[in-house]
Amino acid sequence: MKIGVLALQGAVEEHIHAIEGIGAEGIAIKSAEQLNEIDGLILPGGESTAMRKLIDYHEMMPALKDFKKPILGTCAGLILLADCVEGSEAHIGGMNIWVRRNSFGRQIDSFSTELTVQGLDTPYEAVFIRAPHIDRVGEGVEVLAMYGDKIVLVQQGNKIGCAFHPELTDDLRIMELLKEQIQQSKLAQPSNVL
Amino acid sequence: MVQLGTDLVKRGMAQMQKGGVIMDVINAEQAKIAEASGAVAVMALEMVPSDIRKAGGVARMADPRVVEEVMNAVSIPVMAKGRIGHIVEARILESMGVDYIDESEVLTPADEEYHLLKNEFSVPFVCGCRDLGEAARRIGEGASMLRTKGEPGTGNIVEAVRHMRKVNAQVKQIANMSPDEIMTAAKELGAPYEVLLEIHRLKRLPVVNFAAGGIATPADAALMMELGADGVFVGSGIFKSESPEKFANAIVQATTHYQDYELIARVSKEIGTPMKGLEIASLAPEARMQNRGW
Repeated sequence: MKIGVLALQGAVEEHIHAIEGIGAEGIAIKSAEQLNEIDGLILPGGESTAMRKLIDYHEMMPALKDFKKPILGTCAGLILLADCVEGSEAHIGGMNIWVRRNSFGRQIDSFSTELTVQGLDTPYEAVFIRAPHIDRVGEGVEVLAMYGDKIVLVQQGNKIGCAFHPELTDDLRIMELLKEQIQQSKLAQPSNVL
Repeated sequence: MVQLGTDLVKRGMAQMQKGGVIMDVINAEQAKIAEASGAVAVMALEMVPSDIRKAGGVARMADPRVVEEVMNAVSIPVMAKGRIGHIVEARILESMGVDYIDESEVLTPADEEYHLLKNEFSVPFVCGCRDLGEAARRIGEGASMLRTKGEPGTGNIVEAVRHMRKVNAQVKQIANMSPDEIMTAAKELGAPYEVLLEIHRLKRLPVVNFAAGGIATPADAALMMELGADGVFVGSGIFKSESPEKFANAIVQATTHYQDYELIARVSKEIGTPMKGLEIASLAPEARMQNRGW
């Protein structure tokens, strides 16, 4: 199983390390052509404005919009996946959600906490860094975790959006959610079966 | 339970900046140019290092009005510099909600003996280093991010290269040591033992290490990435160049695609003249900012 990490800016190595932790191969993605080689994609944490700029400069947007395999977006990656971004245009889109950037405040308000995540039997330590949150979700989106009244983890089909940073801790359970989606999509596509 | 200001959160913030460019800005207009060019953060200050050199006198924390103006202008993180050992400047910047503080040798030190005890703050700090001993001392005090000191305001990359190579070579040595050699290394480097143990275990620094101090061209930025920097700070290089917008954009591209030489050639063609550089040997030892702090 090959999982790509969009490697324009941000916590790329951390995600590749986590991908190796779930027994897959991690690939740093710097061009649109590389998207054809992978079974799933991670849009990492970083600065969404910087990533958007680099996506446009290298004309990667059409290929990212066309990418139909499983995707996990964390923090800045969640912003890239949202169909609606407060105060800005949408970026890649594909998830029927409304996100608000930096909605917990500045860095000094960044925190970690234990979250109850649907489908996980014990709490998950979630690290929020200048994090966005999901204001509301549209049709087809399942809410997997809340922090107070804020939605912080969602799934829509084979796309997972996460406001926090699973790549910063050793707990690989959010990565496993992506792995499950990839396994399911591989089963559904006979062309991928040897 | 909610935990604020932990190492995980403070170091994590710097991890999100990886592969990016942090640009010095002196007002809202420059901050917006930096953000639009794809900077991952801006450093708010009153004068860029090359102007600080020219102006002479005592260089202090930026006027809070400048910091506030920059914070209001952009949505990317805002960093600001405080003087080495100046507890109150750091506390003021923290109270204003600055995202990262640079305890910086570019400013005139407030204390020639003691650096800040940075783990007492909730705001994270970045500090300069020339070798692993200095890097480990700063981590020991609670720095969540490092950068090379280089020689600020010169547009000369030679010192940043020296510092990056030195730190990385020493990290490799620690990583490959047998455990019984580490205490002696701690003694020789003047480094906290626990920090060296962590480096030995991780086989790398426990915090990100950016390049800073002398980056003047896209090729300089790419060189520092090639040598293992996690990202770059550009001080005087951008807004002292002929065409700051093009220059900022070119540095961002070169940092991300540091091994794509055709791309670096292409972006370098469009940017006009870089800042004029200074030969390090022409600087008297007391004019070398890297010698501030220990």
